[in-house]
Amino acid sequence: MTLYNDELIHKLELIAVKIRKHIIDMLFRAQSGHPGGSLSAVDALVALYFHHMQHNPKNPKDPNRDRFILSKGHAAPAQYAVLAESNYFQLKELKNLREINCMLQGHPVCTYIPGIEASTGSLGHGLSFANGVALAGKLDDKKYHVYVMLGDGETNEGQIWEAAATASHYRLDNLTGLLDRNFLQIDGNTEEVLRLESVYDRWSSFGWHVLEINGHDMRQILTALEESMHQKNQPTMIVLNTVKGKGISFMENNVDFHGVPPNEIEYKLAMGELNLLQRKLEAEG
Amino acid sequence: MKQLVNTRNTYGGTLVELGKKYPNLVVLDADLSKSTKTILFAKQYPDRFFEMGIAEANMISTAAGLASCGKIPFVSTFAVFATGRVYDQIRMDISYSNANVKIFATHGGISVGKDGASHQMIEDLALMRVLPNMTVLAPSDALQTKKIVELMAATVGPMYARIGRASAPLIYSKEDMKNLKIGKGIVCQDGDDLTIIACGTMVDYALDASKLLKKENIQARVIDMHTIKPLDAKLLLKCAQETNALLTIEEHSIIGGLGSAVAEQLAEHGYAKKFIRMGVKDTFCESGDPQDLFEKYGLSAHHIVEAAKSLI
Repeated sequence: MTLYNDELIHKLELIAVKIRKHIIDMLFRAQSGHPGGSLSAVDALVALYFHHMQHNPKNPKDPNRDRFILSKGHAAPAQYAVLAESNYFQLKELKNLREINCMLQGHPVCTYIPGIEASTGSLGHGLSFANGVALAGKLDDKKYHVYVMLGDGETNEGQIWEAAATASHYRLDNLTGLLDRNFLQIDGNTEEVLRLESVYDRWSSFGWHVLEINGHDMRQILTALEESMHQKNQPTMIVLNTVKGKGISFMENNVDFHGVPPNEIEYKLAMGELNLLQRKLEAEG
Repeated sequence: MKQLVNTRNTYGGTLVELGKKYPNLVVLDADLSKSTKTILFAKQYPDRFFEMGIAEANMISTAAGLASCGKIPFVSTFAVFATGRVYDQIRMDISYSNANVKIFATHGGISVGKDGASHQMIEDLALMRVLPNMTVLAPSDALQTKKIVELMAATVGPMYARIGRASAPLIYSKEDMKNLKIGKGIVCQDGDDLTIIACGTMVDYALDASKLLKKENIQARVIDMHTIKPLDAKLLLKCAQETNALLTIEEHSIIGGLGSAVAEQLAEHGYAKKFIRMGVKDTFCESGDPQDLFEKYGLSAHHIVEAAKSLI
């Protein structure tokens, strides 16, 4: 098993704070968008883009690249921030999220945003798309790996289970799912809206290798991603136990911040908390 | 005597030929490969055939993923499951994403027959036509089907094509199809009194009608409008100039398909011609033999003749 040194973990944690600051800033400027599910997804995205995945921002269509598909498209701000910080496009684009005549759409679109693989936003499609990418990889004997992030509420969609069966039927061990298990969807707690438990049993019974981890712990995320790479003959689902709105005290586990941006006071409070965390991490470094 | 050819066999056979030409061509089917005839490809190229089970939504999005890696996916099932059932998947993953996916549906229209209205797709052309980036095709006979499938593989972009379940009479020769182009309609029969614009299975009926009309000294021009989108407006407007009346006929609802596309162009270009849309008149049909259904729902050659005469 690979050991991850403190330096790497610290570096990634600092990037994650930076990404969270971008998200708050983008949503405040746009006065629209989804903070809760963007913030819960950040740490896994940072682990993927800043350490784990083989990708090339200078050549986003490199045929050998690892692929990441954001099936829960409403977390676009998190992916946009990660892509910008990885130099897929300029950071200043982030200021124009959801603005007319600008690149960054409310939800990801693959035809003109560099680094976006699939157009998402209508839930339930991404795992099927990822299956297609993984099947093509097998067919062409490519070494790339496919990652797809699902929302937990998103797995209400029937298509997810069609795709879950397909990935296991075709033994797609070049596919890793990441389930952002934050327990909240728009109408409330996932267990009250449409029960998902036992998430572990569901994915296991569909033939997936299932790992359950703390979705905000960099070391656990990296370890799980690494493990999923070595899984043979079956896809892996990493259940990321996360907190919706993670990193901003008053947004955490607060369903009201699913799709509502911060107002000016909330913006200042949120940035204050993130700046404090950033200074603390920098001091530790 | 008309020579009937099963266009589904033509489709499957053409896929096999194209499989050799295009190593990146892949085929997906949803547990209907024996009916859509993609099984012919599956036997020849098992590695490039993906059986997706009865899970059409997943099939469409998977095809988009394959296309994103440079594959040319042909996706097949019955028209009713290939469009309405998976509209959102087509909209997001193929149309909005401009994915190079070819949806090839069989069992379009009411000639499905005895399976009844649940399986008789009469809205697919409308549903696909409204999607940006989408090309919409309805070939009329086996040789046109072959050519259309070849053009679909050779042309980049999202495409939808539908054929019927029943065998179709041969209309064309190989030579006729040599210069077929997507988006260019064919004048199958010349005439100056009115223009009958048909697509898919109805082209043959339109030609039959034109023969009957000739006996009554009415010269009907017959257009095979195999491409519903992009519509050959140039040819259409030429016909509107040169003939006094127009009639469309399609094995589809009169709402949203070929007839609507023609009406839109005529109206926008100021042609207040005598005009009738023929097709299924905003209703569901029922179980029955195709010929009986065509008779009951007004799609037989004599219905076209009556409609044409009412326009003259």
